[in-house]
This record gives sequence, C-alpha cells and structure tokens, in this order.
Amino acid sequence: MRKLDRWIDLCIKIDAIFVYLFLYLPIFVLVLYSFSAGRYALVWGGFSLETYQKVLRDPEVAQALGNSVAVALSATLVATVLGTLLAIALERYRFRGQTLVESVSYLPILIPEIVMAVGLLLFFAQFFRPALGLVGLELGPFPSVMAGHVAFGLSYVMVVVRARLQHMDRSLEEAALDLGARPWQVFYRVTLPMLAPAILSGALLAFTLSLDDFYITYFSTAGGTGFQTLPLYIYFLQGRAGIPPQVNAVAALMLLVSLSLIALSLWMQRRGG
Amino acid sequence: MRSNALGPKLLLPGLLWLLVFVVLPLLIMVSISFARRLPGGLIEWTFTLENYARALDALYLVGPVANSLWLAALTTVGCFVLGYPLAYYIARRPPRWRALLLFLVVLPFLTNFLVRIYAWFILLRPEGWIAALVKPFGVEMALLGSPWGVLIGLVYGYLPFMVLPLYATLEKLDFTLVEAAHDLGATRWQSFWRVIFPLSRPGVIAGAILVFIPVLGEFLAPKLLGGGKVPMIGITIEEQFLGRVQNWPLGAAMAVGLMLLVSLVLVRYFKQLKEARWVS
Repeated sequence: MRKLDRWIDLCIKIDAIFVYLFLYLPIFVLVLYSFSAGRYALVWGGFSLETYQKVLRDPEVAQALGNSVAVALSATLVATVLGTLLAIALERYRFRGQTLVESVSYLPILIPEIVMAVGLLLFFAQFFRPALGLVGLELGPFPSVMAGHVAFGLSYVMVVVRARLQHMDRSLEEAALDLGARPWQVFYRVTLPMLAPAILSGALLAFTLSLDDFYITYFSTAGGTGFQTLPLYIYFLQGRAGIPPQVNAVAALMLLVSLSLIALSLWMQRRGG
Repeated sequence: MRSNALGPKLLLPGLLWLLVFVVLPLLIMVSISFARRLPGGLIEWTFTLENYARALDALYLVGPVANSLWLAALTTVGCFVLGYPLAYYIARRPPRWRALLLFLVVLPFLTNFLVRIYAWFILLRPEGWIAALVKPFGVEMALLGSPWGVLIGLVYGYLPFMVLPLYATLEKLDFTLVEAAHDLGATRWQSFWRVIFPLSRPGVIAGAILVFIPVLGEFLAPKLLGGGKVPMIGITIEEQFLGRVQNWPLGAAMAVGLMLLVSLVLVRYFKQLKEARWVS
C-alpha cells in the first residue's frame, strides 16, 4: 500500500471517531449538568438529585408536561386515522385530481416549518377566531395547537403507511373481492390488519414529532401566550438572564422520553417482523 | 388498481384537514403579504407590492438573507466534509456493523432539536468546555453569539440528513469497480476521485438539498446560539409576528419569499431527490 493511501485511511478513521464524539458530547454534557446542584443551570455545583426533585414539584413543569402529552395523544389519534385513510386512497385507487391531492399531502413535509407556522398564526388570528366569534364561539389555544399538529402528523403517517402498502401483496385483497366481499369488508378484514405494524410506527412518529414540535406550537399560540408545552418551557427559561437548573433536568427527561419511544418502535418493528 | 367511489371517500377527511389547516393558511398568508399594515397593527386589505419591496430592501433583509444563504452553504459544506468520510467508513464495514453504526448517527437526531441546541449553548458559552479546551493554547474563543457558534449548532443538527443519503448511495456502490481501477494501476486517491465520487453524486446532491433547505428557514439555532447577533431569515420573520414592533404583512411577504426560494431549489433538484429515493 502506498503512503498516501495509508494516510487517507487514517483520516477516514479519525473523522469517524471525531463525528461520533461530536454527536454524543452535547448529550453527555446535558445529562451531566442535569445532576448538578446549585441555583444556576450553567454552573457545576457538585453531583445531586435536587434539580430532579425540584422539577417533580414544579407546577409549571407539570402544566407544560400535561399540555405536551394531551396535544400529542389527541393529535396522534386523529392524524393516524386520517393519514392511514389518505395513504390507502392514494395507493390503492385511481381518481381524478390525484396528483393535486398527492401534492397537498406532502405539503407539510416539503414547506419550511416556519412558513407553515406563520400561515397557521395568520389563519387563526385573521380568519378562524374572528369567524367563530361571529357565531359567539371562542377558540382556546389547545384546539389550535392540536389542529396544526394533526396536519403535519397525518402527512408523516401517510408516508409511512404508503411505503408499506407499496410492498404489500395485493392478491389477498383481490381474492377477498373475488370471493364476494364488499370493498368495505375487504378494507376492515384484510387491508387494515396487514397494515397494522406500519400504522403503529406512523403513529409513533407522529407522537414523537408532536412532542418535539416548537414552531407550530409557538406561532399558533402567538408566542406561547397562555399555553406552554415542554419545548416552549425550555425556550422561554433559556432566554432569561440566570437560567434555572430545572431547564437541564427537563431537557434530560425529554431526551429520555425520545429514547424510550425509539426503543418502543424498534421493539415493535422486531415483533412485526 | 380499482377505480370506484371508495377512494375519494377514504381521502376526504384527511384532505379536508389539510385544505383547512395548511392550504387555506398559506393562501391567507399570501393575501396578507399584499395587504397594508395600518397604525395599531390593523390590516388594510388592498393589493400592494410594497411589502415585497421592503422585504428586499437593504435595510431589512440583506443581512439576514446573506447570513441565511452563506450559513446554509457553510453548513452544507461542513456536513459534507464530516459526513462523507463517515458514510464511506460505515459503508465499508461488515454488514452486521453497518446498521449499528448508522443507527448511532441517527439516534441523537431523533431526540428534540431544541434540547440539542440548548446542550450546545451549555458547551459554547464563555465558561464552557469548548472555551476551556482551547484556553491552554492561548486562544480566546467567543463562539456563543457569533456566526461560528451558530454554524456548529447547524452542522450538528443537520449532519444525519447528509450522512443518510450518502450512505445509501455508497452502500449500493459496486466496489468491484474500485478493485478493477486498482488492478489497472490507479492509486486509492485516483480510484476515489474518478470512480467512487462520481458514482455517489446522487447522494451528495440529495444530502446537500436536505441540509441546505431547512437551514434557510432555521430559527432556533441562530436564536439560542447567536444571541441576537446573527440575524437569519427565520429570526427576521419571527420578529415581524411576535417581536416588539410587528408588521404582519411584511412578515407574510418574507415567508412567501422563503417558500418561493425553497420551491425553486426543490423543483430544480426534484429528479435527483427521486433518484436518491428521498421522495416517493
């Protein structure tokens, strides 16, 4: 082997090691600092669990956690149903205007998050709330946030379910049709059970994205007024002068939740073959 | 392929939801971008192009637009420089190692973006680990509140977007071609530059787009790591809606501009994204 070749090989290895360090260093530091004692998030004050104890008693954290989970659960439920139906319609049927429907379904994935968020802010402030006001109804922050989360969630569910449909054997569905089953029966008895693993992973993806979302929640509540989720909680406390140590613990707990969800989805994939 | 009335029935609820909460908001955004802001934050519904003129105006946007463009370009280059050797390294491992190594790249990326950017905030501040690391060498680095700090956060946040498509093309690459090049007397560098790199081009292009586009609209990284000193398009847009001096029509025009910029890139490179299997 020539000298230059060895040198190239070495560089590749060093780069790989460096990248893995680069990827995990911040996570390590964050978790480490979440176990620090003291009144400030950024000053190491010795090992302690006191921040976690504080977090568990903090009503603001509890409120933000409650909001995050409530939005994520309800948005995931609706997004999973709508996204799955959309995927089946797009993959198993041909109809007029299909290309247009397809483009609309990919829209939340393709446009920049901040653009979709701005659109929702304007929609609620300039159109939807005034329109509801005319019939004497008021719209709280929860349904507005949820509506946005369903919109991007259903898009991702659609992509995941559609990928599975593309690789699914169609002969079973056709056999059921030939044996006299009605389209609805085929759907409930054949298509849906075969799709179950993909629907579940789509749902998990939508749930994770909803828990992680910052832009849609921040903008559709006009800057988090009266409604905070966990990412908004961290965002606002980070902006303050003396960052309280609870931020570290909440951030570390959010990492833990994400990792648990990943583990869950891997386990389900393994079970689903 | 069946063609009956069930298809449209199935898609109706999802389509309606998207029309009401995505398409209609975008249309409202576009129409407000042509409206006029009245004193007191009210909006006068007319047709004017003055918001676009102001959005393009040097005072308002040259800084943020220039920052967004060159930071997006540098982030893309940074991700490529770090990501290409890594993707190559992973693709050349035995198959049972590949999945694990790739998973380790994707894992941090599956956790909350804001949390990861906040972690860099801890690392980059003046008393942080990075500063302590370079201090013995007599280097004083003020990374937090500088474009370089933002760049580090952006490269960190978007690296997997580059590594995944690169790995996808490198893994499929027929390495007997490389052996043939060696047999014919090519050095490793020659075989890389003449054989491997050209064959991995679809992955490079897909990776570059997947990094460049979202960075253009980035808000959290410049906000948390730039400390108000690194304006990018996302920051300027947010200020128009939620800042102290708001101007919704102007902000809408900027958002429309960003959307157009992104669409241009997407339309131009749609074929390449499809080839690299990032769009079905």
